[in-house]
Amino acid sequence: MTAPNATVDARGLSCPMPIVKTAQQIRTLTSGALVEVLATDPGSLKDFTAWTRTTGNALVEQTQADGVYRFLIRKA
Amino acid sequence: MSDPTLSIVCFSGTDDRLQAVAVLTAGAAALGRPVHLFLQYWALDAFRKDRIDADHGLAPEAGAAGREAVDALRAAGQASWAETLRQAKELGGVEIQACSLSMDLLRITEAELDPLVDGVEGVTSFYLAAGEGQILFI
Repeated sequence: MTAPNATVDARGLSCPMPIVKTAQQIRTLTSGALVEVLATDPGSLKDFTAWTRTTGNALVEQTQADGVYRFLIRKA
Repeated sequence: MSDPTLSIVCFSGTDDRLQAVAVLTAGAAALGRPVHLFLQYWALDAFRKDRIDADHGLAPEAGAAGREAVDALRAAGQASWAETLRQAKELGGVEIQACSLSMDLLRITEAELDPLVDGVEGVTSFYLAAGEGQILFI
């Protein structure tokens, strides 16, 4: 598995901060970069699917363990 | 993104309603959608720089249980509406304008407003910026 270029730790943050922090991080990276996001907001499951679809970034992987959602996103 | 601008007329100055404004704004900004806030009456009053981080109370329907729920979320680390708006502005595409009539009504000068506010405009300028896009009133 490829190591992510950056990690956004959004655990404990409520909506819409996980998405906002991720959007901020993505802007600093170049196309093709991988971002790992950790979140506990239950809304993030649908939010990250919708956000990646709208922005064109790819949701490469999505897992869930111990109440923490982990998303792996590749910048378009 | 070629999405139309989302325009929000912010009228209420309580923390819960301004939090709703901030969440809708930040969500749209993260999607690359331009957002234009027009601050009127009590919402404008809440953007005075010496009071922006003060307690602005909650809408009447919140009641005691609502107050408790809001306090619990804040204690768990929820960002304030002002902080959420600052983060949204960092993403770009967010314009915050004060209503000139409300400035007169509340006797506020531009120097008294928090730097989050980009300027002062009239209702005609607001409609021109809104174009065919959606307008919300909160």
